[in-house]
Amino acid sequence: METMAREQLGELQSARLIQQVRRAYRQVPFYREQMQKLGLLPEEVRSIDDLCKLPFITKQDMRDNYPYGLFAVPLAEIVRLHASSGTTGKHTVVGYTSRDLGIWSEVMARTLTAAGASKQSFIQVAYGYGLFTGGLGAHYGAEAIGASVIPASSGNTQRQIMLMKDFGTTMLACTPSYALFIAETMHEMGIDPQELSLTAGVFGAEPWSQKMRLEIEKALSIKAFDIYGLSEIIGPGVASECSCQNGLHVNEDHFYPEIIDPLTGQSLPYGEKGELVLTTLTKEGMPMLRYRTRDLTILHSEPCACGRTLVRMSKVLGRSDDMLIIRGVNVFPSQVESVLLGLGETSPHYQLLVDRIDNLDNLTVLVEMTENMFSDEIRRLEVLEHKIEAELASALSVSAKVRLVSPKTIERSEGKAKRVIDKRNI
Amino acid sequence: MIIQQISVFVENRPGTLAEVLGVLKEHEINLRAMSVADTADFGILRMVVNDPEKVERILRGAGYAVKSTPVLTMTVDDTPGGLLTQIEKMSTAGINVEYLYAFAATSANAARVVIKVDNLERADRIVNGETLSTGVGKEKSDVPGFYW
Repeated sequence: METMAREQLGELQSARLIQQVRRAYRQVPFYREQMQKLGLLPEEVRSIDDLCKLPFITKQDMRDNYPYGLFAVPLAEIVRLHASSGTTGKHTVVGYTSRDLGIWSEVMARTLTAAGASKQSFIQVAYGYGLFTGGLGAHYGAEAIGASVIPASSGNTQRQIMLMKDFGTTMLACTPSYALFIAETMHEMGIDPQELSLTAGVFGAEPWSQKMRLEIEKALSIKAFDIYGLSEIIGPGVASECSCQNGLHVNEDHFYPEIIDPLTGQSLPYGEKGELVLTTLTKEGMPMLRYRTRDLTILHSEPCACGRTLVRMSKVLGRSDDMLIIRGVNVFPSQVESVLLGLGETSPHYQLLVDRIDNLDNLTVLVEMTENMFSDEIRRLEVLEHKIEAELASALSVSAKVRLVSPKTIERSEGKAKRVIDKRNI
Repeated sequence: MIIQQISVFVENRPGTLAEVLGVLKEHEINLRAMSVADTADFGILRMVVNDPEKVERILRGAGYAVKSTPVLTMTVDDTPGGLLTQIEKMSTAGINVEYLYAFAATSANAARVVIKVDNLERADRIVNGETLSTGVGKEKSDVPGFYW
């Protein structure tokens, strides 16, 4: 599959798209209505080149159809549900059929294999297991290869290192910032990474730079591979780097990538920077036709030295919306706003301060003091801070520190507050 | 007696306290008593002034988060154990003290403190007696130009 001739791949993509569009039209009222609005019949999509006729789908559409509105199979056929945090406290839900799980395992097996994994590997999965797709996605992919899986999940760093040492872990799967944190802890524990069997790592779920790659590779004495995915499409396994480490090969036989201008929605050719739009060609449970990822990247079609014919996407270069990824968790400033408004006593003037301290993302929320919130007692203000922190942690699924600041000190530009200051160098 | 205390929110970084004091100086406000309570991130400047309502207006106008709170004030003998005598009366009565600070200027043989407690009126009766607490309004203080 991965080295298929481009022409042949195009035929496969066309055949799969035709089926996917027909099924989506028949089974999912949302797609049917959207296409009817454009006066488009499923029969008019005859090849992959017709994809651009279809409307986009966004995260908002997923929220509007919460929880099961976009499923294309009877619920009895769904064997797994995953979710990611949403802006108004509501999650975006994705459902998989058993065939979908098979495809997911296959694309993750490709991802791990491209990074050098084999039947002999010991793969330690230090992504969180749970509603987040990272843990189970990597787990099933590793099992599909026949490697030995160490399902460590995230956290408990000293134990992670002990497992690496005692079990002879050869490959690590986690977020890049956690990999650096592990490296640092290892150093503090006086363990030399060269004594370990670790040779490679697959890192994703948050954007990271080439500079950070070199840092991880040096600190852990491994080769560090970037992997890309999102739960809306399948989870990790959408695209991944090969040994050339020169862009991430998109598994195009299952996920068709396009680049658009985020402002006009116009398709852009290969080589131009824009927003990545993905279409699932084979997914049964929840087909996604032209999902706007909001991730900015470039697609490259030049042949890769590894022999794979799949197009490559650059490392993600940014976002076309205000979403932040903090310790692998998606955070929108509007989530913070609804928490503050929900408390009823704070003004909606706030600012998110993101920094990377000791290689871990840190989120501080500055909240402007108001007369309502203010008290002459320190204790009451501390209770207030802790209350906001607790509400934020439950709404965002990531901890945040609250700092109370003087009224009208948060910078306003053109009457609109600047909501985010991201000091991370990524 | 029960008086109104003005509290101001100040961030814990260089210059913030000076800014508030600058505003007070500009309006020729004299501080009779003050304290700063702080955490790592912020502090609360609490003060007793001549005309609390006016000061509250001024500071609010200058963009500060301000609060006016009733607190207790009492004189204590300026001798060792002077404060203890008064505090013991309150603790015996089960009254909880939130915070306490002293006045800047008082007469020679008595000190005056500001005290925030959880049961203000009861504490006032205990330490100041029934008669004194009725003195609401413009009572002359022992400091020239300052009245309650």
